[in-house]
Amino acid sequence: MSDKTSLRQREGLIFERSSPGRVGYQLPPLEVPPADPAKTIPAGLLRGEIADLPEVSEVDVVRHFTRLSKWNYSVDEGLYPLGSCTMKYNPRINEEVARLAGLAQLHPLQPEDQVQGALALMWELEQALIAVTGMARVTLQPAAGAHGELTGMLMIRKALADRGEKRRVVLIPDSAHGTNPASAVFAGFEVVEIASTAEGTLDLAAVGKRLEGGDVAALMVTVPNTLGVFEPEIVKAARMLHERGAFLYMDGANLNAFVGIAQPGKMGVDALHINLHKTFSTPHGGGGPGAGPVAVSDSLVPYLCVPTVEKAGSRFTLSYDRPKSIGKVRGFYGNFGMLVRALAYIRSLGRDGLKLMAEGAVLNANYIRKGLEADYHLQYTGPSLHEVVFDDSLQAASGVKNVDIAKRLLDYGFHPPTMSFPLIVHGALMIEPTESDGIDELDAFIAAMKAIAREVRESPDLVKGAPYGTPVRRLDEVRAARQPVLRWQARKA
Amino acid sequence: MHRYLAGEDDRRRMLAVVGCSSVEDLFVSIPAEVRCGELLLATARSEEEVRREFWALAGRNIAPECTASFLGAGVYRHVTPAVADALLQRGEFFTAYTPYQPEVSQGTLQAIFEFQTFICQLTGMEVANASLYDGATAVVEAVLMAHRLLPDRPRVVAAGSLHPDYRAVLDTYCAPQGLSVVTVPADATGRVNAAAFAKAVGSEACAVVLQSPNFFGVIEDLPTLGAIVKSAGAMAIHAVAEATSLGILAPGGAFGFDVVCGEAQAFGIPAAFGGPHLGFFATRQAHLRQLPGRLVGETVDSEGTRGYVLTLSTREQHIRRAKATSNICTNHGLMALAATIVLSLLGKKGVREVALASHATAEYLKAGIRAQGAGGKVKLAFPEAPTYNEFLVLHDDPDGLLARMKEELILGGVSTTRFGAGLPRGFLVAATEHNTRQECDRLLDALRRLA
Repeated sequence: MSDKTSLRQREGLIFERSSPGRVGYQLPPLEVPPADPAKTIPAGLLRGEIADLPEVSEVDVVRHFTRLSKWNYSVDEGLYPLGSCTMKYNPRINEEVARLAGLAQLHPLQPEDQVQGALALMWELEQALIAVTGMARVTLQPAAGAHGELTGMLMIRKALADRGEKRRVVLIPDSAHGTNPASAVFAGFEVVEIASTAEGTLDLAAVGKRLEGGDVAALMVTVPNTLGVFEPEIVKAARMLHERGAFLYMDGANLNAFVGIAQPGKMGVDALHINLHKTFSTPHGGGGPGAGPVAVSDSLVPYLCVPTVEKAGSRFTLSYDRPKSIGKVRGFYGNFGMLVRALAYIRSLGRDGLKLMAEGAVLNANYIRKGLEADYHLQYTGPSLHEVVFDDSLQAASGVKNVDIAKRLLDYGFHPPTMSFPLIVHGALMIEPTESDGIDELDAFIAAMKAIAREVRESPDLVKGAPYGTPVRRLDEVRAARQPVLRWQARKA
Repeated sequence: MHRYLAGEDDRRRMLAVVGCSSVEDLFVSIPAEVRCGELLLATARSEEEVRREFWALAGRNIAPECTASFLGAGVYRHVTPAVADALLQRGEFFTAYTPYQPEVSQGTLQAIFEFQTFICQLTGMEVANASLYDGATAVVEAVLMAHRLLPDRPRVVAAGSLHPDYRAVLDTYCAPQGLSVVTVPADATGRVNAAAFAKAVGSEACAVVLQSPNFFGVIEDLPTLGAIVKSAGAMAIHAVAEATSLGILAPGGAFGFDVVCGEAQAFGIPAAFGGPHLGFFATRQAHLRQLPGRLVGETVDSEGTRGYVLTLSTREQHIRRAKATSNICTNHGLMALAATIVLSLLGKKGVREVALASHATAEYLKAGIRAQGAGGKVKLAFPEAPTYNEFLVLHDDPDGLLARMKEELILGGVSTTRFGAGLPRGFLVAATEHNTRQECDRLLDALRRLA
């Protein structure tokens, strides 16, 4: 701890390492005649040297970012049971193939005959995602899950407009991810929240009642839901919605729970996004990039983003021939680098491995549930699939909150679960182990959580003061928000 | 079992603990009617087989690395220091997620704080967020922010010289908000005409989007246009598709623009057939509460040590839900880290050198085309216009010409026919410090012979 802390204090910002005259990269000598911008560009449009950019050597940069990296917890280091995020192992072969020059260096505007391999890859991934979901087609364009939600809801909006209908309302359960209501609003809808049942599942009666208004465009629902419980009435919900001319949007964040077991296409889903950075192992990158392809039923195929990749014989093309398309939701065709990794993962696992993956994720979550149910309270006791949501109510009497448990878990060498979500569980601890770990790592996690429960009973202040062994102690988030310092600035001389 | 998963014994022991005789018992909650049979996919493959398949796929493409490439139009090939990818491949960075637990995420958080600082320095603005998806969605977020700040103004004005993809995405997002997007075309000089522009802005516009250098590579008169926008009371947005240009060109921040945003792929991020790239977004302190996306702020820990946390998250979807300033959650953090590393390496000297070298190389090409004179079959579309590192060349059959040049392993530019009707027939040529003089001479020679 002490050496980490001292390094933590010594290693400042890259700007603070700056020393005049140091360079971190040298360009080759300019072979063409220099052009003086003062002669080629009007003076008022130019700028001089940017004052406070750093001057550091290559060694400085390597040291700086290597030190920074050591202050991160990561999947490579251990179990990262961040619920809803599916923090599984990110295979290195995916990184290797994504860096092949024939993929990584491709310019998106090279003519089609130069990029047949890239188009084939996109087509193959679409086919694989169709096979997994049982849906009709997929757009690979969205850059992330929330972006996929927006894309799906825009397609639904366009389909309704095509029918001459202006339905304004989107129903969303109160257990949903925050992105669902936000995406619905950016797609031009109003959100009506549906309270979950006592079991934490979709309240079908409430949905039915709200459908009577005739103004409901869609229901957005996560399957399995954010408690990790399969929505038992999903097929009935789809039927009810369709009878009333509304659509079913499925948040596919939890797809990892049932790949190879069940298919959204059989549930009556009209659109779902697939987080390739969750189910299909593309790395989370400290916040992204991800990729959020959207799979749709036949009814929404006309509205897919352009371009789509089409196959004619052995030749692949980018097709803009989709008159009812919602258009583009980002530049070019998608986060191609992530698509490469996801296809590599699907190939590595195959149909047999993908099913083992889902089974492993569900077994691991149930094993943790079993291991911790004597020590932590489980508000909703329905059968768990890939994740389990405990809460801090057994610890509340000692004045310990979920956040304290999370911070103490850091001292035991684990990343904590997702905190305080879903909103229907007060003091939630949402645990999603994924399939990546074996029984030994899970046992270590269970032991740590049990040890913390014991500490809460015996010495709650110890837990409330955690963490102790991390590069920094508990950080003052209130101060950060009240007196925002959002960039480094040079001290005025 | 499989190399990414635990073994048979793990499974047997865990099943015994949870009290199931088979793993199938764990799925009883999923009804039969939604169950599927075996997926229509191949079975698991070894790493070596996967490698072979992707080598074959990559082999069916032409990698610009093996050619003289002058492709740009929003995606540029600049310096790629070896250090950058080596650091990015540290699992501590790329296998972590959003730094929700700051005590074990100081690496990611501090790097984002440094990224925010770099973006402020480049754009001349006061605050920058932790990244967005790409240039097109960054422009959209800027327009939507303007719409929140000026909700009674239903119009968006976009320069006709805005990247067509940015414009297409803007149209997609604006329709459901009831915003109409009006175009001010570029005139014969390749720039937005100030008089036509002033008329279009009127009093109804909440946002005005100007790209500079614009899609044709031409540097817009930002001070004049910015003043027009300001006097009309609208939000002025400077869109940047080629971020290295900020090494020598004054950013919108210097001329009172409200937002400078766009695409920072040019700072060391691979073209990767269009993504992932790096959206950036910078604005004034006054608009902080309406900023989309994540923000990292400085604070101290319980012992007074400086540290960093995600902050002002009450703007964001996980707190504000339907009232959030954006629906974005996962962003492009690793790409922001890549740019942060590259900007650190380039530093004060390199940021300027890259821009100067790119500009000089493009000027060399322009001079070579001009030198072909009236008899030459290709012409600069806007011969008098100031450009940075890209310019439009007119030609009747750009696709045919580019195909002939490709046979000589020259990727001579991006045909405007890729972007539908409405653009002059020709192709965009982009140069960077990556292009050698020999490559430039090959291009000029090919244009002479093949046009």
